[in-house]
Amino acid sequence: MLELRNLSVEVSGKVILKDINFGVKKGEVMILFGPNGSGKTTLIKTIMGFGSYNIKEGKIIFKGKNMNKLPVEKRVRLGLGIMYQHPPKIRGVKLHQLAQFLCKDKKRIEDLANRLSLKEHLGRDLNLDFSGGEMKRSELFQIILQDPDLLLLDEPESGVDIENISIMGGVLNDYLKEEGKSALIITHTGYILDYIKAEKGWVMMDGKFWCAGEPKKMFESIKEAGYEKCKECDVQERIS
Amino acid sequence: MFKKELAKTVDSQDYENIASAGMDLSEKTRSASFLQQDNQILFYRSLLKDVDILSTQEALDKFPDVKEYFGKSFGLLERDFARDTEGGYFIRVKKGQTVKLPIQACLFLKRERFKQKVHNIIIIEEAARLYLITGCSASKAANEGFHLGISEFFVKKGGYLNFTMIHSWQKDISVRPISIALLEEEASFISNYICLKPVREIVMYPTAVLLGQGSRAIFNSLILSHPNTLQDIGSRVIFRAKNTQAEITSRAVSLGGKVIARGHLKTESDDIKAHLECRGLVISKRGTIHAIPELETDFREVNLSHEAAIGKISKEEIEYLCSRGLSKDQAQSVIVRGFMDVNILALPDLLKKEIRDLEEKTLKVSL
Repeated sequence: MLELRNLSVEVSGKVILKDINFGVKKGEVMILFGPNGSGKTTLIKTIMGFGSYNIKEGKIIFKGKNMNKLPVEKRVRLGLGIMYQHPPKIRGVKLHQLAQFLCKDKKRIEDLANRLSLKEHLGRDLNLDFSGGEMKRSELFQIILQDPDLLLLDEPESGVDIENISIMGGVLNDYLKEEGKSALIITHTGYILDYIKAEKGWVMMDGKFWCAGEPKKMFESIKEAGYEKCKECDVQERIS
Repeated sequence: MFKKELAKTVDSQDYENIASAGMDLSEKTRSASFLQQDNQILFYRSLLKDVDILSTQEALDKFPDVKEYFGKSFGLLERDFARDTEGGYFIRVKKGQTVKLPIQACLFLKRERFKQKVHNIIIIEEAARLYLITGCSASKAANEGFHLGISEFFVKKGGYLNFTMIHSWQKDISVRPISIALLEEEASFISNYICLKPVREIVMYPTAVLLGQGSRAIFNSLILSHPNTLQDIGSRVIFRAKNTQAEITSRAVSLGGKVIARGHLKTESDDIKAHLECRGLVISKRGTIHAIPELETDFREVNLSHEAAIGKISKEEIEYLCSRGLSKDQAQSVIVRGFMDVNILALPDLLKKEIRDLEEKTLKVSL
């Protein structure tokens, strides 16, 4: 579904991602771990095609097509979707406007809004005066309505209370399971792993993919020993 | 004698321009109507007995007390005003009456190079309530026209006036509205101003004077600025009584013209609360927005604040919408439409829908 070949990316003249080789197959869910500033969000935003992320080398191939030069909306049309870590506030643009743009099925919008406790938010300005958890629920709401084939989720659970993580985790898991979607999920807290069945976890450090393995085990060892230990880890499948 | 129906008083070729200023020519959704074309009063009619609607000149002749109101607000602020006006409307809602459907008044420029100068007087008697919509517009032939509109509003104790003014001019017309509202105890004055079509130049600085305790004024405006135009538009509130409040909110989008967005809150008493908010979006490289918010007090027990933000549309907002599948142009258009949100206007549902439709129509052409 997605393949990154020798991808190097620069932001404001500084190289952030270095020679990344990575792939996600149809139906696969991948987890991305890594310390702050390691390049995880840059990777997701580069895949989406946002303006400040310049590809210096390599290719992004999605469904067999080189996407390097495609504008964001064309990537979306091909089946990519993103859930932001920090979405912008947009005054006067209502959540229900975007919902109706993303999905023509009114009942589906209403059901999902109910399930994610967003009914009252539909008439409000996008992300304006939303709490951290409300923003995340609104992001999940939008990406599911958009129904992409590959979901790029940037810390879907950060800033969300335990009760809502369970609701969001349940909604996301049902969606991924039933629809057979692919996903690349960045997580710091690891809570999302309690709800999602993921094939593989990856650790990213200094703009490189460092190692891969069973996501829950990886997260446990990161929690115990920190990311520096990852460099020495021999249990995981080492990626060069 | 007037024709029986408002629609029959104007040329059919002018229907669209008059409707674009918020007029319902069928009168079905209005309580009373007034229409002046150049210096001719073509129509007025009230469907309610507790509402007077006629020309200012006729009101001066008919009701002896109207002379006391003519120029009174200017006298209070020691300001002069033009005496060479012709026409204008007089509206009075009697004590305790609530006018449910809006009253509409249209000032229309028809002839080329005509200088229309009107003087309007609006009186809301004690505890009366009114929604008034004034539409100013011009025919396609009214090249190089000029409009001077003097308006004096008197809102008596406990009265409520919600005044919506829609400017829908042509590109080479110059406009000078001058208005003052005087508010007694517990009175409310809400002004909604909308200008979306091209106009050569508008200079206006409407003022509300809060004379009675517990009175409040709200000024909201939505301005779309087209290339080669100047809109110098402000709102001023003078607080002369305790426990008074005001809010000024303006949104301006420049597609290439110049907007000067002024606002002035001036306290002449203690115990005042007021806020001024001005936001501007510059879409075109040639556009200019100059926000001039002013807060002024000699008193300590006041709470005045302002917020001004001007800039282009943020790239992050555009990318966010693109990541939901909108093209860049669609994203820009959605953001501008959202920015010019009619919900900032304090309007009843009927007028809100009408104005949203008008705005939608104009933005579709302009963006």
